Amino acid sequence: MGHNTLPTRRKILTGMAAVGAASALPDVTRFAHAGSHSAPIKIGFQVHRTGIGAAYGRWYERTTNAAAKVINDLGGINGRPVEIVAEDDGTDPKRGAEVLEKFANQHGCDIAYGTLFSHVVIGSAPRAAELKLPYFVVSEGHHVASGMLNRYTLQPGITDVKSQVQAMAPWVASNLGKKVTMIYPDFAFGHDHRDYFSAAIEAQGGEVLAQIAIPPTETSFTKYFPQIPRETEIVYHVMVGPAVLTFVKEMGEFFGPNAPQLFGFVDSLEGVDFASPGLEFLEGSYFWEGMPRYAQSNQTSYDKFYRDSIGIDENGAARENAQDVSTYAHMFGCWETLFTIKDGMESSGYKGPEDRAKLIEAVEAISEMPESNEHPQGEKIFNGKTHQVFGVQYISQVEGGKMKVKHTTSLEDGYYPDEVDYTTQSF
Amino acid sequence: MEFGPHLMLAMLEGLVQASVLTLTALGLSLVFGVMRVVNVAHGEFYMLGAVLAWWITSLLGGSALIEFTAALILAPLLVGLLAGLADWLILRRVDYDPERTIVATIGLLYIIQQVTLMTYGPDARPVAPPFNTRLALPWFEFGENGFALYWPWGLSTTSYKLFVILAAILTLIGVWLLMAKTKIGLILRATQLDSETAQAFGIPVERIYALVFGMGAALAALGAVLVVPIQQAHYLMGADPLLLSFIVVIIGGLGSLRGTVVAAILIGMSDGIISVFFTPTLAKMLATLLVAMVLVYRPQGLFGAKPA
Repeated sequence: MGHNTLPTRRKILTGMAAVGAASALPDVTRFAHAGSHSAPIKIGFQVHRTGIGAAYGRWYERTTNAAAKVINDLGGINGRPVEIVAEDDGTDPKRGAEVLEKFANQHGCDIAYGTLFSHVVIGSAPRAAELKLPYFVVSEGHHVASGMLNRYTLQPGITDVKSQVQAMAPWVASNLGKKVTMIYPDFAFGHDHRDYFSAAIEAQGGEVLAQIAIPPTETSFTKYFPQIPRETEIVYHVMVGPAVLTFVKEMGEFFGPNAPQLFGFVDSLEGVDFASPGLEFLEGSYFWEGMPRYAQSNQTSYDKFYRDSIGIDENGAARENAQDVSTYAHMFGCWETLFTIKDGMESSGYKGPEDRAKLIEAVEAISEMPESNEHPQGEKIFNGKTHQVFGVQYISQVEGGKMKVKHTTSLEDGYYPDEVDYTTQSF
Repeated sequence: MEFGPHLMLAMLEGLVQASVLTLTALGLSLVFGVMRVVNVAHGEFYMLGAVLAWWITSLLGGSALIEFTAALILAPLLVGLLAGLADWLILRRVDYDPERTIVATIGLLYIIQQVTLMTYGPDARPVAPPFNTRLALPWFEFGENGFALYWPWGLSTTSYKLFVILAAILTLIGVWLLMAKTKIGLILRATQLDSETAQAFGIPVERIYALVFGMGAALAALGAVLVVPIQQAHYLMGADPLLLSFIVVIIGGLGSLRGTVVAAILIGMSDGIISVFFTPTLAKMLATLLVAMVLVYRPQGLFGAKPA
């Protein structure tokens, strides 16, 4: 009769289903209560927890939580605490649009915020406009300022690629060389680099010899490098995705001791330790940085405050784990965007979703953002017409396995004529 | 880059890819040949091999060589044990019914992938190669001074990539010796030919199945451990090897080990060469076209036995 005392497979399955249903319950109740508690300001955070953007997502989330804590410690926004409602979008445009719907309809969020990857932004922004949900992106892409998106989408925390490359091209052309081969990821963000850097370097009398597009999901790269023409003086590289370390290592193995000048966007090594084996060849090469990963000798008190708040050491890695290197050149955008949202909500006297249009108008009215604890990357000018912010850029050289800032561009270096006036669009 | 060195680089890259692909596809082919099971979770066993290699090397201290050797032995063993357990717990209970095993292995695919995501996380993590010297390769030209050697820009490989090729060849010889020269190989071949008769002769077919399923997964894991110092361990890395393995196994002939090896080298090399000269997308398109052609004109594969 022993087998009678054992649970049958069906019983176990029923039990497992019950456990599953029970564990789902707290979520159900949370959604049911959403809306009835209007006390906190809810910021829907579209985060790349999985998919090719995961390394950025992890640090965007840490930065966001740290900034929200600072804001709440200072008394919140309009006396109300800030609550970050994070949802994983899988670095996927379709999922991104669905996440925005969840924010608007299920979580009752006031605004949506925090997206990095340009294809997710471009896929989600039309839905944000349909939902009439202010959508603050931290993406670098030129898609906001190009006029491709809509009045509900703003980028007040990070400079766009067009401005970045235009600001740096003169320095590259006069210090590194004029014959350039570009290697970039084959999606919207990479295409911004292709189009705007090519134009910017040609304006300096330079020439782009070859443009090599690589899918961001690629895992092996040596096969692309023979397309680099022999007469190349500079290889301009920018890569994203889970295999960036392989990309840079294989580039080093390909060139050996005879490398041309390398100028990279630090995207190619975001979240990667410069001390990783195989990266020794980068010594002496140059990188763009949105914000210097290694604390510089002239570190500002703002940078120190920002590092301390998130828990980052002077090498740009997590305090508790030196292997866990941050995406330092990008994530300041989250911090600064949240403080800009705070500014906008306070100056518009934001009370709830009915004030969303007033919030956007208030942010559009912002112009100067002085360097401060709220804007630790540096001073910025926000252009309310194009919904795009303009900041300084850093060019750093690898010295002793650390990046040292060699040149800081001015705000004016990055200006270009407006391509859109979103303020003329109706809400 | 001139044509000659360019072609040589393409072939070297292709050979490394073919080596890893051969091991992975061999595992898939073995499982199908003996058990008639289409294992959709094969790519996830590959991924597990890479993730375990990262785990083992980061747990162990010591030199990269010791860490990597441990991973090379332990990771395929652990993956093999897990696959054997999956066979015992799942596939045996659906009686190896073709449709139900496909659905069951799809389920297994998602379980392994999501558990990896929940534990190991979404990051790509590197494993240090045990040795990795860049080897510049010479090329020749007939210039004014007659025959001369020179070192073209970019024509190089690394000692580790050569080791991958060597390790794959040794493993292949090992598998062949096992199948052709040992008693266990005889039992495997008997089970492949006719499992009912084999059972009638006292062969414990169920245990053989668990062993074969484990071996197939271990071969995939071995391929992944070899590749992980070149690429990195990531929870989504199983998709490409699965697709390529199916392409190889269909072209080579399901269940034919010889066909698998030939097709893996063909696909790996052509993928490498076409990727270097044209684009990786074109390489995948041509491989898929070849599969379609094989299915239309030679459904049993290049080396598969004609159905009786």
